[in-house]
Amino acid sequence: MAFDSLSAFIAMEGHGPYVWTCYGVFFLLLAGLMVWSRHRRSVMMEACRRNYERQDQGQQRAAKPAATFTRVEVSQD
Amino acid sequence: MSNNPVRVHAVAEGVGVAGAMKAVFMRDMKVAFRQRQDLLNPLLFFVMVVTLFPLGVSPEVSFLREAGAGILWVAALLSVLLSLDHLFRHDFDDGTLEQLVLQPQPLFLLVLAKTLAHWMLTGLPLVILTPVLGIMVHLPGNSIGILCLTLLIGTPVLSLIGSIGAALTLGLRSAGVLLSLLIIPLYIPVLIFGTGTVAAVSEGAPVGAYLALMGAFLVLALTLAPFASASALKISMSNS
Amino acid sequence: MWQLFHKLGSPKWFYGIATRLMPWLLVGGALLLLAGIVWGLAFAPKDYLQGNSYRIIFIHVPTAFLAQSVYIMMAVAAVVTLVWRMKLADVFVKAVAPVGLVLTFLALFTGAVWGKPTWGTWWIWDARLTSMLILLFLYGGVIALDRAINDEKSAARAVAVLVLVGVVNIPIIKYSVEWWNTLHQPATFKLTEKPSMPAEMWVPLLLSVLGLYLIFGWLACLRMQTEIIAREQRTRWVKDLVMAGRH
Repeated sequence: MAFDSLSAFIAMEGHGPYVWTCYGVFFLLLAGLMVWSRHRRSVMMEACRRNYERQDQGQQRAAKPAATFTRVEVSQD
Repeated sequence: MSNNPVRVHAVAEGVGVAGAMKAVFMRDMKVAFRQRQDLLNPLLFFVMVVTLFPLGVSPEVSFLREAGAGILWVAALLSVLLSLDHLFRHDFDDGTLEQLVLQPQPLFLLVLAKTLAHWMLTGLPLVILTPVLGIMVHLPGNSIGILCLTLLIGTPVLSLIGSIGAALTLGLRSAGVLLSLLIIPLYIPVLIFGTGTVAAVSEGAPVGAYLALMGAFLVLALTLAPFASASALKISMSNS
Repeated sequence: MWQLFHKLGSPKWFYGIATRLMPWLLVGGALLLLAGIVWGLAFAPKDYLQGNSYRIIFIHVPTAFLAQSVYIMMAVAAVVTLVWRMKLADVFVKAVAPVGLVLTFLALFTGAVWGKPTWGTWWIWDARLTSMLILLFLYGGVIALDRAINDEKSAARAVAVLVLVGVVNIPIIKYSVEWWNTLHQPATFKLTEKPSMPAEMWVPLLLSVLGLYLIFGWLACLRMQTEIIAREQRTRWVKDLVMAGRH
């Protein structure tokens, strides 16, 4: 332990405000980015699900042909 | 894409690569001289931006002498940036660009010819105007000479790098602002060395190495930028 | 060889792998990052020159390091996009660019706050700070261009060209900014690491760098999954996946 007490740890010999601001902003932004990215995936899934449901129960139209998901243009030699 | 590519091919095959480049170059020059206002606008902009500095910061001779080269360089950079939007825009709108893409000659050479024309129409006039403005911001004579030289080497680099941005943003809604966002970071080295060379002269340091470096930038931009803008053009054309 | 390449290019395959990988990345990353930070904050010895403010290094260096390597990764992905037209590569560029922007901002922010007690000012036009600022602009340009082009395929290729142009320029920018810096101000203001950092300092630093890398991996997987769902929503497997209801 580099500090004698908790208050010394928080004060950091006067550099506390700088250090804690940095760590605060770092965790805030990182956690925010992580939560937001997760949220975006659920929103996307939810939107897709509603879309599918509408398609399925709707006019019973023939489903659109499934697109191929790989189109790697390589010579197979 | 094109209604009648055959005809264009037939014409182009007769002239060869150099001939095609020359044709593209001459055409751009002719079109520009028919719309003279487009030629004048970047120059007026250049003069006006330079005027803002004494008004906005300080008319002190000592300040202007120290900051003058930087002011002129930044103003020149901004006017080139302003004019870049026109580089491909007109040709894109009237379909000429599609014809260019379809030519048998390599597209990057035709793009190079267009960029060269762009430089002759914007960069070169800026360089010619620089001594006048240099006197107005109290730059000493030898600094003005070197400043012109750095602009002479630097403005083609600006046009070349800018052509990549112009090609990438072609046909987009807010192309002008986007173009500046993409290109300004890439202009920074040219700006640093352009003004650095003038600073070295005013301190009496030798400038050969700086000029050589700027020349290296020019060679690098000449060899790489046309490829990048040609491929960017193809992407943008397939988009529309 | 091409078989593997084919597989790597398949969004479905990647989605499955990512789902399996993500818990490990998250837990491992969080543990390493927290261990490094706690160690650095509370246990590492004080720097005899800068005092305790140097403890910002345990987040500043990881963010700065990652901010730069993310751009390099994007450049590699851009080559793959342009040469092999692999879809996953451009999904990666698109998914990761905002993360790079945030990391660059964090590196700049922590650098500025660190500068206040160390140099007595929030911002100096130090070579490294300036080139980080330019990196921020480059990320901003990539994101702006991607947003501006509606067509997915041309957006991917245009962004790839821009990223590559940027990566050619990065060394030139870095070099010229360093040169400019020495011209404009004395080197005394430069932030230099001490030649020999004691192990109690660099081990926690290494831990937090690794931890942030893993967290980045998690973020990249997650955001790529989002992008894949958006692009492949007409395929059977995405429908099955979404309708199965397990997020």
